[in-house]
Order: sequence, then C-alpha cells, then structure tokens
Amino acid sequence: MNQKKELVAGTPSLKVKLPLPLSFCQGCHHGSAVRVIWESLEELGIEDNTIFIGGVTCGSINAFITDVDALAPVAHGRAPDTASGMRRLVDEDTIIITYQGDGDAIAIGTESLVQAAGRSERITVFMVNNANYGTTGGQMAPTTIVGQKTTTTPLGRGKNQEGFPLSAAEIVAGIKGTAYSARGSLTSPANYTKTKKYVKKALQKQIDKVGFSFVEILSACPPNWGMPPTECLKWIDTELAKEFPLGEFKDVDSPG
Amino acid sequence: MEDIIFIDGNEAVGWGALAAGCDAFYGYPVTPQNNIGEWFAREFPKRGKVFAQTSSEVASINWLLGGATVGGRVITSTSGPGWPLMQETISHIVNCEVPCVIVLVQRGGPGQGTTRHGQMDYASATLGGGNGGYKNIVLAPYSAQEVHDLVQIAFHLADKYRNPVVVLSDGIIGTTMEPVELRSLEFEELPEKDWALRGRGKQKGKKRNLLSCGQGLMPTPRNPSYLALLNTLNDKFNKMEREEVLSESHNLDDAELVVVSYGYSARVSIEAMWLARAEDLKVGMIRPITVWPFPYDVIRSEYKKGKKFLVVEDSLGQMLVDVRMACDYETEIGLISCLDRHEEREGGVIFPEKVLQKIKMMLA
Repeated sequence: MNQKKELVAGTPSLKVKLPLPLSFCQGCHHGSAVRVIWESLEELGIEDNTIFIGGVTCGSINAFITDVDALAPVAHGRAPDTASGMRRLVDEDTIIITYQGDGDAIAIGTESLVQAAGRSERITVFMVNNANYGTTGGQMAPTTIVGQKTTTTPLGRGKNQEGFPLSAAEIVAGIKGTAYSARGSLTSPANYTKTKKYVKKALQKQIDKVGFSFVEILSACPPNWGMPPTECLKWIDTELAKEFPLGEFKDVDSPG
Repeated sequence: MEDIIFIDGNEAVGWGALAAGCDAFYGYPVTPQNNIGEWFAREFPKRGKVFAQTSSEVASINWLLGGATVGGRVITSTSGPGWPLMQETISHIVNCEVPCVIVLVQRGGPGQGTTRHGQMDYASATLGGGNGGYKNIVLAPYSAQEVHDLVQIAFHLADKYRNPVVVLSDGIIGTTMEPVELRSLEFEELPEKDWALRGRGKQKGKKRNLLSCGQGLMPTPRNPSYLALLNTLNDKFNKMEREEVLSESHNLDDAELVVVSYGYSARVSIEAMWLARAEDLKVGMIRPITVWPFPYDVIRSEYKKGKKFLVVEDSLGQMLVDVRMACDYETEIGLISCLDRHEEREGGVIFPEKVLQKIKMMLA
C-alpha cells in the first residue's frame, strides 16, 4: 500500500472544515501532531479504510476535522477498548487508530492501553504527552515530571508525595504483544520528520497485521505551562525529553 | 415444530441472541451469570461469530460501543458490581445513538453483596445510573422462554431506536432450567445502518461517517447543535414511552386486590394469586414486562376502580415507587420485599405462602 505522494506544504486534504471556529491555543502541538498523522495516512494510501477514534483530550477535536470515518470523544481512557470491539467486526483491511492524551491513555486508561497491547490488538494508539491535564486547566498528569508545577502540585511534583511519572512508550514496549513503540517530538523539522517516520512505521505494523503499535508524541501546552510557545519548545528539548527520551523502544516483526 | 430444549435462563440469552442474528458477545465473568459468557465462548466461534472475554466490565461495555459503531449486533451481560461499572459508558452509548443489548442478571445486596439472586438493581436499571439523564428500554423476563424471546425483542428495539436496551433478569431466572422452544420471532423491517463506520471508501459517495459520544460538544450531521441533540433524544424517549409498554394481566375483572410483580417474584406471585383464588379471594395481577417504560396506565386504571395493590419484589422496595406514582400516592399499597424471605441466609426466597398471608391481611 506504500505510495508515491508526499505532501510538503499547504493544507492536508484530510482536513475538514467545521461550521464553527476552531482553534487550539497558540503554540499547541495538537495541530502538528494530527498533521503528521494525516500525511502518514495519505502517503500510505489508507485514508479510505481508516477509522479514527478520539479519546478525551483537547485533541479529540482532531477526530471531527479528519476526513475519515470517525468516532469521538469516547469514554475517558477507553479508546483502546472501543477500538478492540471494532476490530473483531470490521474487514481485515480496516485500519483503526486512537488519538489520546496522556491523562486519557496512561492515567484512567492504563488498563485499556496495557490490555490492548497484551492482546496484541491490531490497532495503533497515538498518545500526545504534554505532561499535564491540558483540557481541564493544567492539573498534574501521570506524565508530570518531578519538580514540575501544575495547579494541583503548586510546589512542584514531589517524588515522595506524588511519586514518579509514568513512561508510556517504555511500559508498552515491555509488553509481549506490542509490535512497535516509539516516542517523538515536534520541536524542530528534524524531530517532526523522525516522528512522522515513527507514525508511518506504527501504521505499517497494523497494515502488515503484525500487532499492537504505539507512538507517544511530546507536545507543548503553552497556557498551562505558563510559557510562550518558543520557551515551550526549549523546555521539551531540555527537560521533558530528559525524562521521556525520544526514539524507538520496540520494533519487531512478530510479537512475543 | 421448532426445537424444544432443556436449558437455564442464562443459556436462553445465548439462544435468543443467536436467533436475533447477533454478531458478537463481549463480556467479563461475574456470578451468577457466568454461564452466559461460557455459552457464547462455546457456541459462537463455531458458527463464525465473535466471542471475546474482556479485562473488566468497564472494558466490556466499551468494546460493545466499538462493535455497535461499526454496525454489529452486539451483546454483553453482567451482574451485581459489574452493572455500575458499565453505567458511564451506557450514557456515552445513548449520546452516540448506537444500538446494543445489555443483560443484567440481578444479584443481592449493595456493594459486592452476595453472589446469589436478588432484584435490587431495578432502580438503577430503570432510572439510568450514568450521567446526563437518559432512558433505556428495560425488559424483565420471568422465565427462560421469555429470556429467549425478549433478547430478540431487545435487539430489534435497540436497532429501531439506536439506543441500548437492557434485559433485566435475576439469579433465579438465570439458573432455573426449563424447556425452551427455540423460535425466531418476526419483526418489521429496519432501515439500513447507513450511519455505521466502515472506512469512508465503503460509504455512499465515499463521504465519511462521524459518530460522537459527545454530541452537543461539536456539531454532528445528525444533531448540528446541543438543543437539536436534546430534542432528538427527548423525542426518542417519549416515543419509547408511548409505544413500547408491555405488560401481562391476570384476573383483573373482579379483582379487589391487584398484585404487581416482575421477574422471578412474579412467578411466586402468580402462584399466590391462584392460592388466593382457591379460597375465593378476589385477587388479580399485573406483571410489567417492560419496567421502563412502566405500565402506569394499566395500573392507574385499576386504581381508579378503587382497588388495593400489593407489590412483590425481592428488594427493599424499588418498583414500589413506580406503583405509588401510578396510583397517584392515593390508594393502599402493600409490599412483600426481601425482608419477607423464607430464611435469613442469601439463599432465601419469597414463598407464595408469604404473599398469600399478606393478601389475606390486606383483604381482611
């Protein structure tokens, strides 16, 4: 199914306009993250076969503005379960993806995520990690790093009080059923390109019927972090990527 | 003649689902409904259908949402503490407007309660325990045969209204073996599921489909605004309430006292009614088959004739509230409840003699 076209500029054709104004906060990465996914779906030529599930995150809007069959928002944390229920009843060539936040995927949704990976469920989970609960106004997430200030850790996350952050890409990579797990960021053209490579690889695992695939994308949340967008990029590169290193954690042709 | 087989009320769920053309069962074990899942595990795959054991009841109901959105006829079952775990997503499924069937085999007590029978989830089933205020049709069988038949009706109504339908069984109905006639019920034809997700390449005109469990949050083709959504849901719930009431009446013509009871306790009550009739006591009975929508009108018209009522249910009194409402809080209404069981332990049941005793007291 690999295809020729590669979009380098302009609006991706998978973007749909809604009859009301939509805007993410300035400097938010949900727009770029979904763009990477749009480009990958198109370049792999799978947009006609894809079902997009939006989890609970600001980025669930992406399901509404993606020109593929879509369902969103589903119950908090449960997108991998919903995807699994679909998987058993759809055609073999159907591609099922979920787009979730960190609070969705690795807090309330940990069971759903881990169990789907364990079953080697043939779905792809995209988890956008902005180290806090962006949608609800910047509370602590399981991905909030030690020392990071949020509205519910006003003195900074303390390892003795709130404990350590959870590294979703590594956790998922440690599960036998996982075919692919990676973490990318969108802080530079080079990181964007790498992340797109991860996204395409993850989708390819599903196309090739290998098993469960997962991509975590580090992402800025300027208003909740209280930083201008350019500072956010630096903070991701220097602080967040230290706790959550970029790269591929699992890439196998046969899980187990 | 169709096949008649000897099965319990839990296995009757499976045979009913099969007759209804169900595609998949997604569920999690919880007593006393475990042999429902076991039936599907054994019988479905060999017929080319899907069974999956999920990791929890929360997972089951979300799998069900997924299966429903791609157009499948899907079912799950649960009991006791599994039921509240499903409530959140049942609310989402109602908002999403997709059909599915949930079988609730009631057990006793709050919390983990007991693993034995009870009728203690009537209120949460009929009122809806999830957020936002929604309605599901709730069908209450009183025999294995009726489980088999009502599961088929449940699938039809779910598709007709694009809404979850609950089959409210209990531990005694579920575990009592009876002869069941395997018959396929006939229904009016339903429109094609042109809303289902399949990948836009398979949609009419290759236009994508969008379903939302958060209709009202963003415009959807079906409900472009929040008020439009509330109107759609309200119209639907009102139509169910007008058109889908089912109940059964016995000996109402000359009755001075009417027993109202559903599920296993209705069988106890029917027995009690005949014991009373044998002693020339003028007793009739109304058995709601849909407990939502509740047969208010049937009960109200009897109350207006000046009759007394006796509610028999194996809880501390949940359907009692509906009967009181049907009677405008006016007439005398007695209650035989789980406090009237024949023994103190969890195996205790309400015996017909206990109901008869109460009937005599009320008619004295």
